[in-house]
Amino acid sequence: MAESTEIRRPMRWHIAVFLAPAVLVYTAVMIVPLFGTLQLSLFSAEGQTRVFAGLDNFRTLFFDPRWAASFWNALWNNTWFFIIHMLVQNPIGVVLAALLSSPRLHFSAFYRTAIFIPTILSFVIVGFAWKLILSPLWGVAPNLLDLVGLKSLFTPWLGKEEYALTTLGLISVWQFVGIPMMLIYAALLSIPDEVIEAAECDGITGMAQFWKIKLPLILPSIGIISILTFVGNFNAFDLIYSAQGALAGPNFSTDILGTFLYRTFFGFQLQIGDPYMGSTIASMMFFIILAGVCLYLFAVQTRLRRYQF
Amino acid sequence: MSTATSSLPRTIAAHAVLLAYTAIALFPVVVIVVNSFKSRNAIFRSPLSPPTTETFDLIGYTTVLRQGDFFLYFQNSFIVTVMSLFLVLLFGAMASFALSEYRFRGNSLMGLYLALGIMIPIRLGTVAILQLMVASGLVNTLTALILVYTAQGLPLAVFILSEFMKQVSDDLKNAGRIDGLSEYRIFFRLVLPLVRPAMATVAVFTMIPIWNDLWFPLILAPSEATKTVTLGAQLFIGQYVTNWNAVLAALSLAILPVLILYLIFSRQLIRGITSGAVK
Repeated sequence: MAESTEIRRPMRWHIAVFLAPAVLVYTAVMIVPLFGTLQLSLFSAEGQTRVFAGLDNFRTLFFDPRWAASFWNALWNNTWFFIIHMLVQNPIGVVLAALLSSPRLHFSAFYRTAIFIPTILSFVIVGFAWKLILSPLWGVAPNLLDLVGLKSLFTPWLGKEEYALTTLGLISVWQFVGIPMMLIYAALLSIPDEVIEAAECDGITGMAQFWKIKLPLILPSIGIISILTFVGNFNAFDLIYSAQGALAGPNFSTDILGTFLYRTFFGFQLQIGDPYMGSTIASMMFFIILAGVCLYLFAVQTRLRRYQF
Repeated sequence: MSTATSSLPRTIAAHAVLLAYTAIALFPVVVIVVNSFKSRNAIFRSPLSPPTTETFDLIGYTTVLRQGDFFLYFQNSFIVTVMSLFLVLLFGAMASFALSEYRFRGNSLMGLYLALGIMIPIRLGTVAILQLMVASGLVNTLTALILVYTAQGLPLAVFILSEFMKQVSDDLKNAGRIDGLSEYRIFFRLVLPLVRPAMATVAVFTMIPIWNDLWFPLILAPSEATKTVTLGAQLFIGQYVTNWNAVLAALSLAILPVLILYLIFSRQLIRGITSGAVK
């Protein structure tokens, strides 16, 4: 013990100076409000005063007929939104990345740049652009379907309860397919040539090579993409808000947790904003995302075998 | 490499699929931009044809520039994005230098603490953030947005930059120390210039979500004087729904700056992703 105090250096202030700005801003603007929101969800307003309500808000959210229907509706819609991304966005991303990474493909930089363009656009642009294109007033979508003789299939997808959410999910897939594409592409590029050559020596080429050699090697990247998609989807708001408004029409069929939180917190039309119920919904989103991240970190990531080259 | 993997039919098929998807990715953007230059009748009569001399019309753009205060919105977005970017890069680089350079008690705990924000979105704290901004009188100021975006960008910046800081050679830093440079000078003079490529990558990753964000401008700074382009375009389009020329022009105006920035930085961005920094 005596030795360790002897070699102990004087207080190194520069470490604190280097860390302080980032830690202060991050703590004050992100961590404290995050816990503040969790805390607020345990209170409710009685007249002008704030009273401790325990878990009453959560009980209201789950069981009170005025809230429960909207909450479960938003949660289910959000889950469906996530399922669409997992089933459509990530497979398309993998296919595009696999094609892009094929050796000596011409114009691959062009394809990469072009396919990534929707990802950099804001939700407002994407939401409105697709709203216009799918609008029955403007003939773009029906005209295009007419070219392939499928005009009869056209309906105002965004205006029909049964199609609206799926349509928005696919629009979001259109926008974000660039991210899985890029990450998988990077993972595929990092597979060393020796591994591929060894596979070729053993006569494994083409599709078999992809399924047996490359896919197992990029599984960790697919895991990361899945969790990023999960966090992004359960935090989504902008696209629905720009395309369908805060009421997430038609008849709340596109309502997800983000829009539900916004309406509850700020109020809309006849409903008055309620910061306490808003915090409760935000807390539920927090727990859902936390559960997803923990599941990923402890159950998925530890089982995926990582290969070091 | 052997030639077994690239036969001609396979290459053609790959190009066909990629071209088809490129068309899907670009089609909506092209339709919007092309139609924004056409007269109202032409927009509806033949939405898929490019503007001709008869149908060329800039009425949409003149409406947008006359009605919406887009220059102000651009200026606001620009100030918010540049200031947040500057703070994220400066604070992020300082913190990641401390984490990667010095051994001290709580080092890895601090790294974990700062990395929390990569997975937990800052949006979930909105209720309390709004209360904080109301209490400190920052509602409807650009400062509120800059603070929020700085906090939002820091976790990923620290995470990526730490990886790169670790690669800077120790010999160089120790040589600096022997020459009597202070730790601050070592950081600003020796280390920062060496991690500039990583900073550029972080800059692109940080910039795009800030420029495109709708949630915080809507909640923290919706006043006329502090609207960002994204919020301004959203409200403008909401008001002018029936004026298709104006809506298409507003959308094109919102697309262009991001598109230009992206085309300038795309190589940096793609190199950043593919270098494995975000794995």
